[in-house]
Amino acid sequence: MTEEKFLPRRDVLCGLMATGVVAAVGNGIGKAVAADAPINAPGATPRRGGRIRVASVSSSTADTLDPAKSVLSTDYARANMIYSGLTQFDSALRAQPALAEEIHDTDRVLWTIKLRKGVQFHNGKPLTGADVAYSLMRHKNPATASKVKPIADQFQEVRATGPNEVQIRLTGANADLPAVLATSHFVIVPENTTDFRTAVGTGPYKCKEFNPGVRTVGIRNPNYWKPGKPYLDEIELVGISDESARVNALLSGDVQLVNAVDPRSIRRVVASSHHAVLETKSGLFTDLIMRQDMTPTGNPDFVLAMKYLLNRELARKALFRGYATLANDQPIPPSNPYYLADLPQRAYDPERARFHLKKAGLSGTRLVVYASPAAEGSVDMASLLQLAAAEVGLNMAVNRVPADGYWSNHWMKHPLGFGNINPRPTADLLFSTCFKSDAPWNESGWKNEQFDQLLLAARGEADEAKRKQMYGDMQVLVHEKGGVGIPVFISLIDGYDKRLRGYGSIPIGGLMGYSFADNVWLDG
Amino acid sequence: MTTLIARRIGIAALTLLLVSAVVFSITAVLPGDAAQAALGQSATPEMIAALRAQMGLDQPAYLRYLHWLGGLLSGNLGQSLSNNTPVGELIGLRLPKSLLLAGTAAALSVPVALSIGILSAIYRGSRLDRVLSTATLAMVAVPEFLVATVAVLIFAVKLHWLSALSYVPDAPGIVPMLRAYAMPVMTLSFVVVAQMARMTRAAVIDQMSQPYVEMAILKGASPARIVLRHALPNAAGPVANAVALSLSYLLGGAIIVETIFNYPGIASLMVDAVTNRDMPLLQACAMIFCCAYLILVLLADVFAIISSPKLRRR
Repeated sequence: MTEEKFLPRRDVLCGLMATGVVAAVGNGIGKAVAADAPINAPGATPRRGGRIRVASVSSSTADTLDPAKSVLSTDYARANMIYSGLTQFDSALRAQPALAEEIHDTDRVLWTIKLRKGVQFHNGKPLTGADVAYSLMRHKNPATASKVKPIADQFQEVRATGPNEVQIRLTGANADLPAVLATSHFVIVPENTTDFRTAVGTGPYKCKEFNPGVRTVGIRNPNYWKPGKPYLDEIELVGISDESARVNALLSGDVQLVNAVDPRSIRRVVASSHHAVLETKSGLFTDLIMRQDMTPTGNPDFVLAMKYLLNRELARKALFRGYATLANDQPIPPSNPYYLADLPQRAYDPERARFHLKKAGLSGTRLVVYASPAAEGSVDMASLLQLAAAEVGLNMAVNRVPADGYWSNHWMKHPLGFGNINPRPTADLLFSTCFKSDAPWNESGWKNEQFDQLLLAARGEADEAKRKQMYGDMQVLVHEKGGVGIPVFISLIDGYDKRLRGYGSIPIGGLMGYSFADNVWLDG
Repeated sequence: MTTLIARRIGIAALTLLLVSAVVFSITAVLPGDAAQAALGQSATPEMIAALRAQMGLDQPAYLRYLHWLGGLLSGNLGQSLSNNTPVGELIGLRLPKSLLLAGTAAALSVPVALSIGILSAIYRGSRLDRVLSTATLAMVAVPEFLVATVAVLIFAVKLHWLSALSYVPDAPGIVPMLRAYAMPVMTLSFVVVAQMARMTRAAVIDQMSQPYVEMAILKGASPARIVLRHALPNAAGPVANAVALSLSYLLGGAIIVETIFNYPGIASLMVDAVTNRDMPLLQACAMIFCCAYLILVLLADVFAIISSPKLRRR
């Protein structure tokens, strides 16, 4: 284990969190450049040169160089290797300036972005405002088939107002825009690009070879806009879907970095003197979904009974070998600046569960819960729940269904089932895509007017203290009334060769928040 | 003989057509389609509808099938739905790799298997035969994922002799090639050698109980001469069939080996196609496997016909 743990630095509010400090003149994220200090190996001087091979969890013919179509961690890592965004996340998930040098806003609706000067695409074309406008607006076009269309729909207009300036007008206030722009879907491509068989970006590595389902090879971009970076000559990104094959490839020295290491394999990795694992405490969770528009799961007493039946401590220890953080039936992880630490932890309490079940008139009923390997850990969680339910006289059957097609055929379609939500960069994105009454992935079909109002108000709130208060209130609402039970936040575990330096955690995902390519070098 | 072969080819073409129809209808029954698979968990109904229209999935199934069939007859395999490149291009990248792997494994396993089978037939009942029989039975019984995983743990993780990943195109030359291919070829051979050897032994022994062999024994011919000169030519038909069956497995059945060694062959391409509901790609892969199987069986039949005077004269 490396000792570097991700520490939320809530006192250093900047970037998106600090909007509205000087509202009259607008505010910005300044000119900070050293946004991405390496986390491990303090004091070591980065060395240039070398080649690494990185294995991510999946690779298929659906691999893409089109950032709008990215679906899996391999796609995100590939996008961040080749392209750059206007902003990028640092280790505390704050949006730092990248291709954007400065970002100012008026009422969090109209945003003015000053682009970094002298940035070149891999083909030598200089970066202009038109490229930015195209890259952002293409997500709204249904023909692009963008994964983030629901998010991009808030861009009312994006236009180049000068050679190095872009204005974004939103349909409503959103103080989190810089963080939205830091996700890998919104990286910048040259204007009018429609053919993504090869990729032209402004990122640290140029696309040398792209063979879907096989590998992506990037070579060092000598004209990268970060002086001195990147460090490696070449990166080969492959996908190895079988976990033990992935770990074996790391241990045999065929790859230098892997993600999604199973907690059960950690012992093997750390037993090798040349390898280590890095735990990233993330916001990833697998949750029990109780549909509020179906019976009997819509009964508030049933929901509470289920939440009391979740044995979080056991799930953390037994299912994830301790590589998880206790959750409290609300989706904001402790690493988020808006996390409400004062919310009392709900504990495993069969007596209370029995009480609420009786109140709901459901003692002795038979229920089916759907679980699938598609939702990480859900099959085991369902078994734990089944045992706990039997204790209180609830007869629960676990219906284990295959991962293939789970999301389109089972997820959110049964009264009782499991879902899985990936880390989202901001509280607003998480709440608006998964908890708002009309959200596309409102897993439990939960409708709460007060929550919706708070969410909209918080999105445009200038006063940081008030905003935090609002997000706190929303967490209380979801914790008490929401239709999902969240037992734990699952840590992301990467395994790496110890010669790989500059590696660290960015809690949006594994592989250093998918942006390892920008940061790592090879020692010796 | 020519008419016999011509009829076989005609039946093969019909089989291909039937297989394509069956594969198409089975995929149509699978839950979800390419649009849903591509958008995954984050799909909204509007996004799915837009993508379906773009992929042409809003057309009725029979039209899509006819369209695909028409394309195939004019030599166009269509566009892959999940990655928008021509299917021919995707297959062109993978098929040579699969053929290389299968070819190497075949070149290694066929002589070994035939030798084992013939040797144990010659010395039937001897200690050698019992040892070989036990060994081949054990090889048939051990699943290949176990062979592959144990081999990786020993040769790649512990000893660092060989590469755990078999795709190493950057370093041409004999040594890297050997390092990369040794384990997948060994694993594949492991299974097929055992099957071919046992079937060869059975076919030869079957001939050994025929009256003409008895005659040869009475004439005083040596055991080696009886087997090689008299029994083996007559056993050639069944042996060729056994070899063809095992070899067809090397192309399509290599999926476990491809997964464990991360080898970019055509079997994993087909699995991708099923997962992504990528109909054109899936159909093309199914056609290739079916073709390979039919060609091998046809070759075995032709070989059997040529080696048998009775059939040859017809």
